[in-house]
Parts: sequence; structure tokens; C-alpha cells
Amino acid sequence: MTGTTSAGGLHLPRYVREPAALRTPVGFPDYRSTALRAPLRTPVDLPHRLTEITGPVLGEDRVAPEDADLTLRNGGEAVGQRILVYGRVLDSDGRPVPDALVEVWQANAAGRYRHVVDNWPAPLDPHFDGLGRVVTDSLGRYEFMTIKPGAYPWGNHHNAWRPAHIHFSLFGRAFTQRLVTQMYFPDDPLFGQDPIYNAIPPAARHRAVSRYSLERTQDNWALAFEWDIVLRGTEQTPFETDDDGDVA
Amino acid sequence: MNPLDVPPDPAVPFRPSSGQRGTGFLTEPLRLGTTPSATVGPYLAIGLTWPDGEWAAAEGAEGGIWIRGRVLDGAGDVVPDAMIETWQADPDGGFASPEDPRGAASYPGFRGYARAQTLTGEFAVHTLKPGRVPDGEGGLQAPHIDVSVFARGILDRVVTRIYFADEAAANAEDVVLRSLPDDAARETLIAVPTEDGYRLDVRLQGDRETVFFAV
Repeated sequence: MTGTTSAGGLHLPRYVREPAALRTPVGFPDYRSTALRAPLRTPVDLPHRLTEITGPVLGEDRVAPEDADLTLRNGGEAVGQRILVYGRVLDSDGRPVPDALVEVWQANAAGRYRHVVDNWPAPLDPHFDGLGRVVTDSLGRYEFMTIKPGAYPWGNHHNAWRPAHIHFSLFGRAFTQRLVTQMYFPDDPLFGQDPIYNAIPPAARHRAVSRYSLERTQDNWALAFEWDIVLRGTEQTPFETDDDGDVA
Repeated sequence: MNPLDVPPDPAVPFRPSSGQRGTGFLTEPLRLGTTPSATVGPYLAIGLTWPDGEWAAAEGAEGGIWIRGRVLDGAGDVVPDAMIETWQADPDGGFASPEDPRGAASYPGFRGYARAQTLTGEFAVHTLKPGRVPDGEGGLQAPHIDVSVFARGILDRVVTRIYFADEAAANAEDVVLRSLPDDAARETLIAVPTEDGYRLDVRLQGDRETVFFAV
């Protein structure tokens, strides 16, 4: 929401945070990589000022039409089960977030990433890069055609396998709305032993899981999964000004 | 049943038994639950690499500076799979954002945003030094840059700020810096001048752990 100026002064929105009990913590002991990386001190509260309520506008010029179809790369068709992933980007007030850049990345059908660090012996697919980008439309809608990613082992603990997931990155309209997250698939049998999934407080886990969508499944072509993404909404609070209504 | 057979009015008028039911009004604002964050993982380079990522100010922009630094873990080791993103005002204190209530600013060759990875052991962002911005408490903030840090092992991005060592007078008045407990904490946010700009390391843990903010 844009702030307003008037004779009474300048009003800035405040982006409301989910209560801590429903937010993913920065560190989670069962996820070993957090041990030396997640900050240990309590973060200092930063009231929202102009830097926090504004954010970069990163839209159409970042995206080509073919970026929405991850199944056709390097002159061929990717191996695996085609899926349509779609949904809306909303804020917690229920308003759509239009013109928002959505970036996704994922493993291929065999559970391998096209990345120098990923060297477990599952095949790479010459026709799958695992990268997609789209911009939401005026109603906040997005969609990708992709391949269902495979599960993969990752060495966090004995017999550790990541549930199938797609990484998502979103900016929203303000620095405070920036979100990097992962979308999961319904009823994955690997949820129970995955510390990254289980770091999400139980009451919020369902928000990270997509829904199988019979209505958008394409006959003889692709399954469909719907996932809505909700960014932080706002609350208006006054911003102090001098007597003239100018920002002091 | 005959649909036209309307039952008589009850003897007692209908009264909802609670505020949550039957009044037709919500008693609290409608809120959707936000999507929980997750780690960016080790493979962020696949989805989040842009050829122009580190250029908040275009190459050759007048007054362009490089801000460089490392991201260090609790053992003091360099984190090579981190990403930082920066967002800041232009040299006039305006933001290239329609959400700025003073109006979206534009400044030649400048977009205010950069994204840089640490694959080489350090990040580098080409930008312009920001101007001062109202603090909402009657004063001006010192020149600053908001920073998000993402990495494998961090389940939600962490947020810090970059200030500038050669802005001592402005820094002394800054409400955010003043709110910190001591000079050691402030020190973690202050970039020092170098030949082509400034340098600041981000320490995720340890004695000199960077001050991170809850936004």
C-alpha cells in the first residue's frame, strides 16, 4: 500500500509480521547448516521508515516469454512428468500483488540440480536447466509449466532425502515483503524426516504445500498444482511531520 | 414440504450467541496467513543469477563506488554460497519506488537495488552513495543501505544496514545507530573507505556478530 501525503502529514504503512509462533525461525538445530550460520543474537527491532516501505520495481524487463516453460530448453523436451504450477501472489490483507517478479529454481525429475556443487550420481537432463521467471498479472496470478522435481539425498543426517520442492523468490512492493521460500507437493512421504520442512511451525506448514488441481490438469499433457503465496500486508501509522506538513 | 409454508416468527427475536457468529460482521480484520520462508539452499545461483545483478548504479555512472565485503560464519570462514541484496535511496534521498509517498524518484543510471553472490569469497556492489532520508522522528537518517543476507543454513533472510565511516556527524544523529547498545555494535554496520569505495564484512556469528534487524 502506498503511503499518502496531506496537510496532516505523511503516513507510511507498517508491514505486519506474522507472530513468531507461525514464522520459520532463522536457525533450526536439526538442520545442521544453521549451526555456524544462523545469527545467535536477538535481532534489533527496526521501525519501518522510508527505506523499509519502498522496494525495487523488477518487472517485465527481467522476463522472456519462454522463461515460463521450463520443459523446453536447449532445443528439446525435458524428461519427467509435466506439471503446471500456478497460483496468486497476495498480501495478507487479501490484495493481489500485480507486476511482481517470481523466480523459481528446482532439481530435475531425477532430483539433480544443474549446479557444479551437486554431484550425486543422478542423471543430468540436457533439456532441463531448472530455472523459470514470470511476472504476475494485474490480479497477481502466475503460472509455470515445468517437470515435477525428484527427491534427492543431501547428507544432513543418515538417509536424509529432501521432499520434492520448487524454490520461489518474490520481491513484493517493499523491502519488508521480500520472500524466499519453497513449495512442496501434497502428501509427500518425506515430510516427516525433513528438518527444512519441519522448521516451519506446524500450524503454518500447510501454507508451504501446494494443492493438486484437477480443474487445471491438462488432458493428455500435464498434472496441475495450485499454490498461492501470501506476502506481508500493511497497517497505516502516522509519520511525524513539521507544521507545514512537509517531512521534517 | 411446501416452500411457501413460511414458519411463524419465533417468540424471541434472534440474537447471535457470540460476536463470531451470526452477525454478518467480522470482529477482526481479515488476514491471510503469510507464506513461511525457507532457506535459499546451496543452488541459488541457478535461479537468482543476473548478469547485471551487482550494478545498482550503471557502469560509468558519475560518483559510482564499489562496496565490497565478505560473509563470514561462526568459525570465521568465508561463506561462498551466500547472496546479499541491497536497497537504498539515491544521492538526493529519493527512492526508485512508487511506494515512496513523496513520489517515485529517478536518478540517472541508478536503480537503487543490487544482488551479489559471494562465490569468489566476497560480494561486490556498484552503487552511488545514498543521500539522507527523513527518519520520521523529526530528523534525518544518516546515509544507509538496507541489506538482506541469504544463504544455505539460514531459513529466513537476515537484514542489516550499511553506514559510512566518513559520515561521522550524520551517524551520530541517526536514530537507528543511536538505538544500538554500544560502539562495538555500531561498528559492525559501518563501512570503511577504500580505494574505489567502501568495505564491510558481514559476520553471521561470533564475538563481532553483525547487528541484524527485525523488520
